[in-house]
Amino acid sequence: MPTFEYAPAPESRAVVDVDSTYGLFINGDWVDGRGTAFKTVNPATEEVLADIHEASPDDVDLAVKAARTAYTRVWSRMSGADRGKYLFRIARILQERAREFAVLETLDNGKPIKETRDVDIPLAAAHFFYHAGWADKLSYAGYGPDPRPHGVVGQIIPWNFPLLMLAWKVAPALATGNTVVLKPAETTPLTALLFAQVCQQAELPPGVVNIVTGAGDTGQAIVDHPGIDKIAFTGSTGVGKMIARSIAGTRKKATLELGGKGANIVFDDAPIDQTVEGIVRGIFFNQGHVCCAGSRLLVQETVADEVVRRLQRRLSTLRVGDPLDKNTDVGAINSRAQLDRITSLVDAGEAEGAERWDNGCALPQKGFWFRPTLFSGVTQTHRIAQEEIFGPVLSVLTFRTPQEAVAKANNTPYGLSAGIWTDKGSRILWMADQLKAGVVWANTFNQFDPTSPFGGYKESGYGREGGRHGLEAYLKGSI
Amino acid sequence: MAERVDVRKTYKLYIGGKFPRSESGRSYEVYAAPTRAGASPKFLANASQGSRKDARDAVTAARGAQAGWAGATAYNRGQVLYRVAEVMEGRRAQFVEEVRASEGVSPSKADSLVSQAIDRWVWYAGWSDKLPQVLGGLNPVAGPFFNISAPEPSGVVAVLAPQESSLLGLVSVIAPAIVTGNSVVVVSSKERPLPAITLSECLATSDVPGGVVNIVTGDAVEIAPWLASHRDVNGIDLTGAAGLQGEAWGEWERAAADTLKRVIRPGGAGAAAIEPDWSVEPGLQRMSTFLETKTVWHPKGR
Repeated sequence: MPTFEYAPAPESRAVVDVDSTYGLFINGDWVDGRGTAFKTVNPATEEVLADIHEASPDDVDLAVKAARTAYTRVWSRMSGADRGKYLFRIARILQERAREFAVLETLDNGKPIKETRDVDIPLAAAHFFYHAGWADKLSYAGYGPDPRPHGVVGQIIPWNFPLLMLAWKVAPALATGNTVVLKPAETTPLTALLFAQVCQQAELPPGVVNIVTGAGDTGQAIVDHPGIDKIAFTGSTGVGKMIARSIAGTRKKATLELGGKGANIVFDDAPIDQTVEGIVRGIFFNQGHVCCAGSRLLVQETVADEVVRRLQRRLSTLRVGDPLDKNTDVGAINSRAQLDRITSLVDAGEAEGAERWDNGCALPQKGFWFRPTLFSGVTQTHRIAQEEIFGPVLSVLTFRTPQEAVAKANNTPYGLSAGIWTDKGSRILWMADQLKAGVVWANTFNQFDPTSPFGGYKESGYGREGGRHGLEAYLKGSI
Repeated sequence: MAERVDVRKTYKLYIGGKFPRSESGRSYEVYAAPTRAGASPKFLANASQGSRKDARDAVTAARGAQAGWAGATAYNRGQVLYRVAEVMEGRRAQFVEEVRASEGVSPSKADSLVSQAIDRWVWYAGWSDKLPQVLGGLNPVAGPFFNISAPEPSGVVAVLAPQESSLLGLVSVIAPAIVTGNSVVVVSSKERPLPAITLSECLATSDVPGGVVNIVTGDAVEIAPWLASHRDVNGIDLTGAAGLQGEAWGEWERAAADTLKRVIRPGGAGAAAIEPDWSVEPGLQRMSTFLETKTVWHPKGR
């Protein structure tokens, strides 16, 4: 059989102008941060992309006040139809500038251009388009005849889907009439800062969206600010618990989208090729930096060897490298800190006796990289079966009966996602009923849509984002 | 003729469908609410004073019963809860007397409160097979997928029952939690526990499986911290913090954050906890707080 080599097919960087320094976006203007500036780097090359100002607590205060003023004077008085038009404008501008956003996201995050181009950016635009239509229809959403916004919402988002998480947060908040102080992750601030330019182009009233950059201290300042009415957070379960503790005893509301350890369950009657593709999508999509990743593969014992063999063959064809190359399947790990976390958990997996395999691919000299890795012989007590790795590492466990699969799948404090692969319809529905997970993908995995509510059970957090359900968190009062 | 010496009731806990005394062996005196100033308080009963261990036993019972209760059909749960209202109606006289004594209200007011409580129970019973349609449904995703969302119970819920409203408030916090398939551990009003104990007798003689509702009488200030930090409790309703001597609902919410419990805060603004007005139609919030939305995707194809 002839083998075909891939020629490099890099996407051009020329479509993006990255400034050397970025300030904070407060009240529609760029202002200097009074904290200690930090750098954002391209994780694929370690090249410094820009200096980013850090928002001090005083800067956060300024942003909250701007958001409050915009809320009381402008945004809460505007008709839903007009709010919706601003959101439609934003959706359209995101579509118009999609390539620019895709390249910038890939530069700052390290994820493959084919994912930013085909998933992150189009879905972000779709979220704005979807929520734009809700703005003048809230009285039909099932939350009473005249549902009211909370006021000023503090939003803290992670680095794994920077612009998409911004869209998940900002679109419903604005559609329901709230104003926003948003903090992007410190390793991936650039698309949020470019989004500030979109707000300017859309002529969104000043102060409706404020973007403050920084790390944990800036986030804590937002959470603790007395002028914040509601927190929306996506990130780790550890930080989520800190936020829940911080707002305990107050009247601040919160939605928390936290970690996961999703079980992807494969029965012996599953269509094998389709299943292998789904497993790969479940854990190697976005380098495994996905809270709902199918990081625990539960395979029925009779087909375990075959599934693992086929998976290894498939992983050997994954192309790891330059995220801007359109052929790339797996990009760079987002940061050295994350690479260290993955490495230490993988080492723990080996030390505890699981069998480690990786695809042996060549890795670039510079940047942060990790080979697609698979562990077999994993038991439930292994750390790699319990803790979220948030990297391209799959732990394979086996089961014999559906009951055993359910028991193992639910044996985790998390409850975000699960997958089921089988040809038997009644078994899919029975399994879906039993699994304690907010999203269950049957014969598919990692599908997302603005109309589809997303969020977890148990320690994966509370509240839902997306769909009619997602509006609830941004509206006051009884339903 | 000499007046008959009546047979008095021993008031106990309700855990796992049984009526045990507190494992601590403690009890406390319950008095009628004074109807006029200066009157000497009338002794009503020695109620069991539930302990940390009683609360933990109740959580174990609640966990054991939860999957079966949630797995019952919605129609079945609705009928079982309606049956509770039927039994309450049969015990109306006892409830009226206990509410009157506990709350210090007139007999006609007590009668009205009992009617509202029974009607509230019936209102919630009817939600069992309607809420999934009201809160769930098909999501029109942009792709060849069948995608549907439906609510499911959170699991085991701890409930601090209101201190003032001994029956109407009590049913208004229990019924919404269980109608959707949760099981509950209830800490009764401290000073006014008698209607809660009588309610437990209604539950035991209806078809509510043992362990779905567990009622611990005693002091929520003593018991709440253990429920708030309990790792096998999924949600906590802090409504009963209002009017409780020495309450610390902020502390309890902080403890609940360690396991990310779903929380209903007490009524009121700021740190102040105020008991809600139970006479108004409650809305869905008390049910929806202890529900999880599950979304299931499946591809469509030929």
